Amino acid sequence: MYKSIEHKLRILTIALAALAVLFVSGCSVTPKVDPDIAYEPPRHKVEDTLKETVVYAVDVYDPWEGFNRRAYTFNYYFDKFIFLPVVNTYEFITPNYVQKRVSNFVDNVYEFDNFTNNLFQLKFKRTGITLARFLVNTTLGIAGLWDPATDLGMPRQREDFGQTLGHYGVGDGPYIVLPLFGPSNLRDATGLATDSALFYLGPPNLVKDKAIRWTFTGVAAVDKRHRQSFRYYRSGSPFEYDMLRMLYKSKREIEIAR
Amino acid sequence: MFKQLDRILGGCLCALLLSCGLAGAYDYPFADPYVATVVGTPSEYMEPLPANVPVKVETLKMFPEREVPGILWNLDELRYSYVRQKGPAPLIFLIAGTGASFNSPKMQEMQKAFYQAGYHVISISSPTHPNFIVAASTSGVPGHLEEDSADLYKVMQAIWQKHQKKMEVTDFYLTGYSLGAAQSAFIAKLDEQEKVFNFRKVLLINPPVSLYNSVLILDEMLEHNIPGGLDNFSAFYERVVSAFADVYANGENVEFNNDFLYRAYQYRNPQSDDPLEALIGISFRISSENMVFTTDVLTKAGYVVPKNLVLRRHDNVTDYSKVLGRLSFLDYFRGIFLPHFQAKDPSVTEAQLIKTLSLRSLDGYLRNSEKFGMIHNEDDVILLPGEIDYLRDLFGTRATIFPHGGHCGNMAYPDNVSAMVGFFADAKN
Repeated sequence: MYKSIEHKLRILTIALAALAVLFVSGCSVTPKVDPDIAYEPPRHKVEDTLKETVVYAVDVYDPWEGFNRRAYTFNYYFDKFIFLPVVNTYEFITPNYVQKRVSNFVDNVYEFDNFTNNLFQLKFKRTGITLARFLVNTTLGIAGLWDPATDLGMPRQREDFGQTLGHYGVGDGPYIVLPLFGPSNLRDATGLATDSALFYLGPPNLVKDKAIRWTFTGVAAVDKRHRQSFRYYRSGSPFEYDMLRMLYKSKREIEIAR
Repeated sequence: MFKQLDRILGGCLCALLLSCGLAGAYDYPFADPYVATVVGTPSEYMEPLPANVPVKVETLKMFPEREVPGILWNLDELRYSYVRQKGPAPLIFLIAGTGASFNSPKMQEMQKAFYQAGYHVISISSPTHPNFIVAASTSGVPGHLEEDSADLYKVMQAIWQKHQKKMEVTDFYLTGYSLGAAQSAFIAKLDEQEKVFNFRKVLLINPPVSLYNSVLILDEMLEHNIPGGLDNFSAFYERVVSAFADVYANGENVEFNNDFLYRAYQYRNPQSDDPLEALIGISFRISSENMVFTTDVLTKAGYVVPKNLVLRRHDNVTDYSKVLGRLSFLDYFRGIFLPHFQAKDPSVTEAQLIKTLSLRSLDGYLRNSEKFGMIHNEDDVILLPGEIDYLRDLFGTRATIFPHGGHCGNMAYPDNVSAMVGFFADAKN
């Protein structure tokens, strides 16, 4: 039976990927100008207002914008019809208390990422704190369901491989909106892939039961979306794509500096 | 750990002192109005409110026939929220401030406070929010207090019609903050004639006196506070980001959450050159970029987008945002707003229009109607000198004016929440 769940999930993943590809094909972002129409110049023209010499904060290197804007909308629909209904059901059937325990559990398992990346960045004190957190929370915190380490003065030391690359001077690269995962860039997408590879070569390999591994992946995804209050197209701003692109860049800059 | 012990001891000490008769002083933590406006009320100073209330979000189509261009595709249904009490209770409508949605942090705090106090609550976005402009603005040209309030009144009726069978309502109340407060006054006036709700009490929280004056102040906060002018905005932005990076890297237990700005304030305190006015100005400019672009596209005003160019769902609009970043509210007033009203009535002058955008135009009504109350701050940064005195005179004993808080910074502070909820509670009994 587990095999069939796995099979279904795989088919679902492939179907989603195919849908995403379909959705993002035909990727122009240049407003469609009809050569037969005479366009009346607006009161404030772009070419008169903007200057070549000025740097605009909202400009982020985004050569794949056509793909990205469509992936952004794809994520909106994925959220709306699949992801958020699942998250809402989860929130409806579980008490807040249980949700908190699940979040702690998931965080505790992912301390592995924090551990490796603090180590990669030679931040030994933080690596030590992460290890101590894992030990304390796994034992005192009963398999990580509670987080006594934070109360003991050992807060979480968040690091991922994108931050590690940034720490060693790797630039952002082109902006990418990843289907399902959301805003990223070439550096962070590489980081995400590396973290996932390390993670699945690492601790989950100890767990041989595939059903458990699939379940954990699913629960972690739902838990993460449950904690993320961001909703696509809910700011109401017609410039949401542009604003988020700028803020994503800045947020990562801030995280890498730590 | 010692820190926590310290805090607990400190808390006990405070409670002791308070019980000894030091209560009565207003202890909102920020005396600087710009800090208050930017940082707001840090969670450790907030009135404790329920973490979850059974909020429902629904949508409404006010103009089903309206054709919405592709770029505004996701804005054509008006989103609003409501929370319902189990039994009979008064219903209160909340109107959001400039550019804010029904779901903004301030609206959520108000919703929780009123729900906790036993009211049905309906939360509505500001008529300056793009969603409202597309889905519910009759003209598509926001900023006119009387017209926008009439649109709000229609929306309130439509929502009420949808829910009246399932809500046992004993009385109708109305409140709003900032621009939403000014609109509440106009809605109440309209309701005197239309008598749909017969609002028993109406509370204005941090209203502007003259909308025109206030937006000019907000425009200047941006334009006068970017070193080297707006051409250097990007360098300014980079400095703010690296200052935040410094806070995040070196501050104690700093996380990206609602208290980030407060942690930043604590870490950097006191630095008089922090660009607080610019931050307020930026926030306002972003709201107005959204508003003006929406109006321009929806009404084909030919302001920054060519009149007959149809923007599709995924078209690049970054350049328009850059252009709008350079344009002030005054530019909007002269480029879209005034022409719109002059097209309807060529005899309208700029001065006449400005006059209508003010609470002063309702002076006689506001001065004499018992149903009003006002909560404001002595140091609100969107008022011109003298305007707070005008409001004090206008509302007399119906005004509660706190010494600090800037523009709406203290709304979640316990004294303010008590004043807000207490105003209606007096009527409830």
